[in-house]
Amino acid sequence: MHHRYDVLVVGAGGAGLMAALYAAKGNVSVACISKLYPTRSHTGAAQGGIGAALGNVAEDHWEWHMFDTVKGGDYLTDQDAAEIFSKDIIEAVYELEHMGLPFSRTPEGKIAQRKFGGHTREFGKAAVERSCYAQDRTGHMILQTLYQQNVKAGTTFYNEFHVTDLIIENGRCCGVVAYHLATGEIHTFHAKAVILAAGGYGRVYKITSNALTLTGDLMSIYYRKGLPLEDMEFYQFHPTGLAKLGILVTEGIRGEGGILRNSSGERFMERYAPTIKDLAPRDIVSRSIITEIREGRGVGRDKDAVHIDLTHLPREVIEVKLAEITDLARTYLGQDPVKDLVAVQPTAHYAMGGIPTDVNGLCLADGQGTSVEGLYAAGEQACVSLHGANRLGTNSLGDLIVFGRRAGIAAAVYARQAEYPEMPENPEQDSIEVISRLKNASGSDNAAVIRKELQESMMNNVGIFRNGPDMEKQVEIVKELKDRYRNVSVSDPSVRYNSELIEAMELGFLLDCAEAATASALNRKESRGAHDREDYPERDDQNWLKHTMAYKDLDRPGNVVIGYKEVALKGYTRAFEPKPRVY
Amino acid sequence: MPEVYPAPANAAADGVAMMRVNVKILRYDPEKDRKAHWETYPVEAQPGDRVLDVINWVKWYVDPSLTFRRSCGHGICGSDAMMINGRNRLACKTLVRDVAKQGGTITVEPIRGLKVERDLLVDMDPFFDAYRAIMPYFINEDPPPPAERLQSPEQADRMAHSSNCILCACCTTSCPIFWVNGSYLGPASIVQAHRFIFDSRDQATNQRLNIMNQNTGVWRCRTAYNCTEACPRDIPITTIIEEVKRAVMYQQS
Repeated sequence: MHHRYDVLVVGAGGAGLMAALYAAKGNVSVACISKLYPTRSHTGAAQGGIGAALGNVAEDHWEWHMFDTVKGGDYLTDQDAAEIFSKDIIEAVYELEHMGLPFSRTPEGKIAQRKFGGHTREFGKAAVERSCYAQDRTGHMILQTLYQQNVKAGTTFYNEFHVTDLIIENGRCCGVVAYHLATGEIHTFHAKAVILAAGGYGRVYKITSNALTLTGDLMSIYYRKGLPLEDMEFYQFHPTGLAKLGILVTEGIRGEGGILRNSSGERFMERYAPTIKDLAPRDIVSRSIITEIREGRGVGRDKDAVHIDLTHLPREVIEVKLAEITDLARTYLGQDPVKDLVAVQPTAHYAMGGIPTDVNGLCLADGQGTSVEGLYAAGEQACVSLHGANRLGTNSLGDLIVFGRRAGIAAAVYARQAEYPEMPENPEQDSIEVISRLKNASGSDNAAVIRKELQESMMNNVGIFRNGPDMEKQVEIVKELKDRYRNVSVSDPSVRYNSELIEAMELGFLLDCAEAATASALNRKESRGAHDREDYPERDDQNWLKHTMAYKDLDRPGNVVIGYKEVALKGYTRAFEPKPRVY
Repeated sequence: MPEVYPAPANAAADGVAMMRVNVKILRYDPEKDRKAHWETYPVEAQPGDRVLDVINWVKWYVDPSLTFRRSCGHGICGSDAMMINGRNRLACKTLVRDVAKQGGTITVEPIRGLKVERDLLVDMDPFFDAYRAIMPYFINEDPPPPAERLQSPEQADRMAHSSNCILCACCTTSCPIFWVNGSYLGPASIVQAHRFIFDSRDQATNQRLNIMNQNTGVWRCRTAYNCTEACPRDIPITTIIEEVKRAVMYQQS
C-alpha cells in the first residue's frame, strides 16, 4: 500500500509527538508512524523531571543551565545547541503547562522544581532546584499530554508499523518503507520531509533501563546507507537502576535528599565529589559506584550493588513525590524505601550519540556540514549534540521538547516550498528481500541466543570502564555474531502479527549499533564524560576535542571508517572554555 | 520436548532456589486454528521473575510463534495487560511467587471483551476509540499567560489519581458491563474524563459531563469494583467513577 504526506514522523515518543504537533501547525499534512501504540513509547518511563531555569524555587538563569550542560557534557557539547536549548526550554515548559500537563506545584501554585545531578547555581557553586516535575512520572505526563494534543489536532497515526527502510535518492529523502504487523503488508510512505524520532538502543546491553523495543532501528538503517553516526562511544549508564533488573530509579530520589551508601554505610560520594556529593553528574556517580564495588564495598549477595538510603526523609515525600519508584522497589525487590535501604546498580540508560543533525534537526551526511535534504531527526535518536560526552539528568525530556519542536517547524517550512521527490522504481525491494531471507533461511541459529551473547559481551567489554584489549575483543565478537545472524531463520510462517520476525529484524539493528559504538569507543584514546578508558585515563583536549563520525564501510563488511566533526565551542552570545571538570 | 524447560531471565542458578511451575497459555492463531486451545509449558523460574520473563522465555527458546505485546517491562507503558490466574494484570508487574506455588500452574489468557487477534494480543482500536470519544485533551480558550497558569497543590491533587492512568485497558476489559455492551465507554475513558473534569484550569467541564451523561457513559457502571481490583496503578477507579456520577448529577440540578 502507498501513502503520501507532506511530513512523515517516525516514532511516537516525546520528540515524535512534539514534532508532529508543530509540523501540523505549519499547515502541511502530517502522519506519525510507530511500531507500538501511542502512549507506549519509552518517554513514559522518564521519572524525575524536565530542567528549565524558571527560578520558581530558587534564583536561576539560562546561562547557568547552559554552563552546566556544557560542563556536564565534558565540553564536547555543541555550545550553539546548548544556548538555544537553555533559553527555549523555559518557554517550552510553560507551553507544556498550557497544554494541561499536571505539574506538581509550589505552595504559590507555580510549577514545582527540585534538585538534580549536575544542575548548579552561579556556574558550579552549589546545587539548584531546576527540575520541573509531575511527582516522579514526569515523562508519563509529557507523553500523555502530547498524545492528547495530537488527538486534538487530528494527527493521523499508523500504529504497529515497523520501519524497515529509509528511501534516500541523490542526497534527498523521499520516504520510508514499513511492515504492518497486523497484516504482514509492506507499506510505502512517500513524503516531502521525514522526521526520525524513534529512540535509542539500550537493548544492546544486558542491564538496562530501556524498553524491550529500544533496538536502535532507525540509527541502524541510517548507518546502513553509508551515512555517519556521531559520538556512539558516549553511552550513559544511569547510576541507580534496581539491582539485577536495571529498572530506572530516578535521580529525583537524590534530588529529594537520598544518599548513596556502601556496605559499611559510608556516604561514599563525599570522597568523589566533595561539593555536590550525591548530586554529581551520572558518569561520575556511576564510576564511583563501580569503584566501590570493585574495591569490595558492594552490598547484596554478589556484592555488586550499593544502597540508596531514603529512610531519613519524611514518609510523605517518599510516598507522594517518589511514589513511582516506591512502588517499583516494593514490587520487584520487596524493599520499602520508607524503612529499608534499596539496592541499586548502574544501568544502561541513554545514547548521547546518534544521527548527526544541525540545530534545526536537519540530518548531516558527514562532518563537513553536508546535509540530507528533507530528512530530520530529534530525540535520543539524534545527536545535535546537546549532551556531549555525558547528559545531565532532566535534559533528555528538554531535548525532546525543544529539538522535537524545531525539527517539526523546519520540516513543515521545507515541505511547504518543496515538490514531492521522485520515488525510485521499487522502494520496497530491499525490505522484501530482508524479510524473505529471514523467513526462508535454512539455518538454525537462535536470535535470542545471539542477542543474549551480544548484550552480555557489550556489558563486559564496552561498559562503564573500558580498555583497548577488551574492546578489540568485542570488535571480533560483534563480527562473529553478525556472521551467525546470517543463519538466523524465522520459524513462524504466519503473516499476521509475526512478532518473531520483528524481533529478528531488531537483532540486526542492534548488531549495527554495537558495531558502530565499539569501533568509535576503541578509536577514542582518552577519557571524557561517559567514555572512561583505563588505558587512557586523562581527557586530551589537544587531540580529542572533536566529535566522532562512524561510517559503515560498505565495501568491507564489518569494518567501520572513522571521521570527525568540529565541536561548536561558542554559543551565539556565550562561550565556556574547556576546564577540568570537578564538582 | 524436554520435561522441564530451563530457567528464564537471568536465573542461571546463581544461588536462588528455583521453582518449577506450569505456564498454561491460551493459544489462538487464526491462520491455523479454528478455535483457541490451551498449551502448557513446564518451566523453572526464580520466585522473583516477572511473568513477562517467563513468557518471553517460552517465546525465545521454546515456541517463537507465541504472540503478545510488551515494551517497557516495568509497568509504565501498559502494553502487556493480560489475564493471569483469572485476573487482569500487567505481566511485567506480576511476580511468579505471587501467582504460583512450587509445582503449581500459572494460567495466562488475553484480556476479555476485545477481539483476539492472535494468542494474547487483542485489537486495541475500540479501546482507543472510546478514549478519543471523551475529548481527552486540555481545553482552555483564554490566551495563555506568559508563565504558567497557577494551580494550588490541592487543586493539582484532585487529578493525581486519574492522571496516573497508563491506558493499559486492565480496568475496562475486566468490567462485566463492557463485556456485554461494547458501546459502554468503560472505566478507562471515565478515568480520563475525570482527569480533565477535575482540572481547575480546564474549561470544557460541561461538554465532558454531557458525554458522561449519555447512555454510553457513566450511568452504565454498576459498581462491580472489578476495575479497581484490576488497576495495576492502584487508581481508586470506582471512587473516581462515583465522583463523575456526582458531578453529572450536580450539573443536572
